[in-house]
Amino acid sequence: MNEVINEITILSVVSLGAIGGVAAIILYLVAQKFKVIEDPRIDTVEELLPGANCGGCGLAGCRALAEAIVRAESLEGINCPPGGNAAMQDIAKAMGWEAGEQTPMIAVLRCSGSRESAPPKVRYEGAMTCAFAHSLFSGEAGCPYGCLGCGDCVRACAFDAMYMDHKTGLPVILDDKCVACGACVKACPRDIIEMRKKGKKDRRIFVSCINMEKGGVARKNCKVACIGCGKCVKECKFDAISLENFLAYIDYEKCTLCRKCPPVCPTNAIHELNFPPRKPKVEKEENKVEA
Amino acid sequence: MKTFAIGGVHPPENKFAEKQPIEWLPPSGTVAIPISQHLGVPAKPVVTKGDKVRVGQLIARGEAFISAHIHASVSGTVSKIDSITDTSGYRRQAILIDVDGDDWMESIDRDQTLISDCSLDAPEIVKKVHEMGIVGLGGATFPSHVKLNVPQGKKASYLIINGVECEPCLTADHRIMLERGEEMLVGITIQMRALGVEKAIIGIENNKPDAITHLTELARKYPGITVEPLKVKYPQGAEKQLIKALVDREVPSGKLPIEVGCVVHNVGTSLAVYEAVQKNKPLIERVVTVTGVSVKKPSNFMVRLGTPVSALIEAAGGMPEDTGKVINGGPMMGKALNDLGAPVTKGTSGILLFTQEETPRLPELNCVRCAKCLTVCPMGLEPYLLAVLADKRRLEECEEERIMDCMECGSCLYICPSGRPLLDQIRVGKNLVGKMIRERSS
Amino acid sequence: MRLLTVSGSPHLHTDQSVSKIMYGVVFSLIPAMLVSFYFFGLAAILVTLTAVVSCMAFEFVIQKYLIKGPLTIFDGSAIITGVLLAFNVPANLPLGLVVIGSAVAIGMGKMTFGGLGKNPFNPALVGRVFMMISFPVQMTTYPEPTAFSTRLTDVVTGPTPLTLVKDGVSRGVGISELMPQLPEYTQLMMGNMGGSVGEVSAIALILGGLYMLFRRIISWHIPVAFLGSAAIFAGIFWLVDPQVYVDPVFHLFTGGLMLGALYMATDYATSPMSRWGMIIFGVGCGLLTIIIRLFGAYPEGVAFSILIMNAFVPLINRAFKPKRFGEEVKNG
Repeated sequence: MNEVINEITILSVVSLGAIGGVAAIILYLVAQKFKVIEDPRIDTVEELLPGANCGGCGLAGCRALAEAIVRAESLEGINCPPGGNAAMQDIAKAMGWEAGEQTPMIAVLRCSGSRESAPPKVRYEGAMTCAFAHSLFSGEAGCPYGCLGCGDCVRACAFDAMYMDHKTGLPVILDDKCVACGACVKACPRDIIEMRKKGKKDRRIFVSCINMEKGGVARKNCKVACIGCGKCVKECKFDAISLENFLAYIDYEKCTLCRKCPPVCPTNAIHELNFPPRKPKVEKEENKVEA
Repeated sequence: MKTFAIGGVHPPENKFAEKQPIEWLPPSGTVAIPISQHLGVPAKPVVTKGDKVRVGQLIARGEAFISAHIHASVSGTVSKIDSITDTSGYRRQAILIDVDGDDWMESIDRDQTLISDCSLDAPEIVKKVHEMGIVGLGGATFPSHVKLNVPQGKKASYLIINGVECEPCLTADHRIMLERGEEMLVGITIQMRALGVEKAIIGIENNKPDAITHLTELARKYPGITVEPLKVKYPQGAEKQLIKALVDREVPSGKLPIEVGCVVHNVGTSLAVYEAVQKNKPLIERVVTVTGVSVKKPSNFMVRLGTPVSALIEAAGGMPEDTGKVINGGPMMGKALNDLGAPVTKGTSGILLFTQEETPRLPELNCVRCAKCLTVCPMGLEPYLLAVLADKRRLEECEEERIMDCMECGSCLYICPSGRPLLDQIRVGKNLVGKMIRERSS
Repeated sequence: MRLLTVSGSPHLHTDQSVSKIMYGVVFSLIPAMLVSFYFFGLAAILVTLTAVVSCMAFEFVIQKYLIKGPLTIFDGSAIITGVLLAFNVPANLPLGLVVIGSAVAIGMGKMTFGGLGKNPFNPALVGRVFMMISFPVQMTTYPEPTAFSTRLTDVVTGPTPLTLVKDGVSRGVGISELMPQLPEYTQLMMGNMGGSVGEVSAIALILGGLYMLFRRIISWHIPVAFLGSAAIFAGIFWLVDPQVYVDPVFHLFTGGLMLGALYMATDYATSPMSRWGMIIFGVGCGLLTIIIRLFGAYPEGVAFSILIMNAFVPLINRAFKPKRFGEEVKNG
């Protein structure tokens, strides 16, 4: 009896051991053959990235960005919007490189055609996607440049930094959540959203309109459209405002946030964000002195 | 009775204006003639502000290969060249003319007598058709001279004349066949000569029995032309489906009908070709059906191009109180207008005034996978899948599933019991995939 | 003035909607329901009512408090699940178990996946199979059909024709000896046999199925492929040895085959999209049903076979695409 058991035991140990051995050799050979040599620094860099895989850098995700950084051996030209400066500094420290300053950016909606200021003339019905509405017609208000209000940008935002204000029919960008990944810019079929410098204390001045039609035509559809009158261009001392195709544009690199242009705009198309409220009286006097 | 093989739907026909003879609508006020009324490159204006023009005078040249000339449809003064909201829903360039009298070019033969003999050879006919700015009047507005020009190495064996008018409500083609049948047949013989084909088949759905008998009777005199009644099914008027129904040939994916030896022209186009070649008359007017459930006087108008849609609605008894949607074209493939000042163009086959209740979009529910969209798709596609893939922007997969074969007939959205905006999403996908393909090849 | 509407074409829509289709299905189930009420009496009515009410209630609770999404309990799909679940259980099943079955059908079978249209498995069958495995005794005690009775307890129970055959054959008794114990074919078609609430009357079910075909709610592909393949497959075995394998007609009209082929396998969400896909699906269901009936442990295999084929639906959808226009160039 014992002998039989012994025999069985030995047989199974030997055969299983042999199978295991062969399998181990095969595994080893396969592992050798298909070995992928990877720079361990990629993992280090990837860990320091935000891990949102937002695609804001223009690459497929954080892993791809990490690979690109390590391959380039520098941080030049690398832009990680959600990680921002902090992440770049961390990576530079870990890699022993120098890191350049990154200007913080933010998404800005350049349309103020709310239901009130640009009343709808027709009603849109169908798939709630701007991509389709854009191919169908100029928009409920008739402005071929204005926001369609179907929320493709809101759906594209991976950071919950946008929501649709159903009262105005326009999307709202939340300053504290926006990481400037640019997903909304790509999603908007009309290129209404622009990446602009976040500005000192989050202060920004911009023309909230991209309508390039003649003033009268634009004004007919929307009370707050830029009519290309050029008053702001004259007002600006820093040469930051340019006028092209009946549309003013403020260059955020040149703008000093002096707040001179918003009051002169006859249609209130120039918006200023996060400034302290103006004192109306003082403002007037200042204007007079300068004029 | 013949029809195409796969898919198709049966929307209610509602052809209210069927019995209304074509009525001439005199020009008045200001007309706006868009410089892009055809598929392809917009024409270039050759008149300027203040110019006096006469009816039939060339006002914009279509210089590219796929383009068409545009002629003044009225006489008067060019008031300006400006952008106006046209039937595309956007503001686009148009030539505005203040109407003054009705002064025609002398070269145009305005006599109604039939001229059936044509001595021109093929290139001359094509040239004439090109000069007169003829485009496909079925709705796609593809320049006709391109279609009549058989490409090198290809041979046409059939000319197929589309008298199907499968779109509900529209009756313009029906009336043309009844009232202008003889002229149309001469137009067909001219087209046959240009293409060098022996056989022409006029396909007519059997909901127009009067047109079938009338044309069969007339066609006896014209060798090579036959009339073929077809079973009613939408979208039989689509080129590929019509070819399949009439001669049982399938145009391969992404190819033109000439690939299977067929050229398809609309009945309205044939009439226009007759007038262009025999009467020297450019394409300056067309038949437009104005109809709707609450329209006082559903009508078929012969309208000068550029007339505002609102003028047509006035002529048909005014805009009904309960109008919820105004459609340019048929109810299945037409475009809802966002501005009634938009002018009638070469592609306007009808103006439909629908009440909101008639054109419902159901609340969007989950796809229940009933497979109805799949069964009705005349191209054998899977609309439910394409819509999802397009919405998720999975464009490569869209292309593999042959999204570009979709001809936007709307059968899927028509049938969907869940009210899903299938075609809306597929159109977005088509746009993006088309862009992707163009980028790849450039 | 009211604003004009702008939307993409087409501007027309059929008068069909999901709820109209669903209520059409419910309507088509009425003949089978009436037959079951006739044969199984008050008990059948109670089971059906309980299942419908509890299915709707569970859907309501889940949508309102768990998903917090829009309510769709009146689109008719929960009613169908309820009716079909009731049709798949014995009439004398304790009502508490019916409620549990409904909870599983709606909760596990449907809402877990996101509600109507997203469930990979037929909810009613999920409920039924859950109960079949959890409460095998109650689920296989079938009441004998009697002309309308109001008795809820102490009903005479007996085997279904399929159980009779299965037991007989396993004991080595030949089919010809079993035949006298089985109901006649006309009785089978009418539904005068033991079985689940709604599966007994083939005639009533076919009537409902024809109505659905006429209204174009379902297409013929799945039922024909299912019944046809089952009949052919059973027929082959019958020809081989008619003493061991019962004839195909018997197979067609007993058990849940009719109900399954017309109502369960044709469920929109859990059946393939293309026509060829539907045929493959139907054939698969038919083969599996007969295999389970002839060689499996259970006398009946419709529910299992449909659930198994449900799992293959995504694969079938990938493999069997509709015939594209212009794929084969014919120049004739």
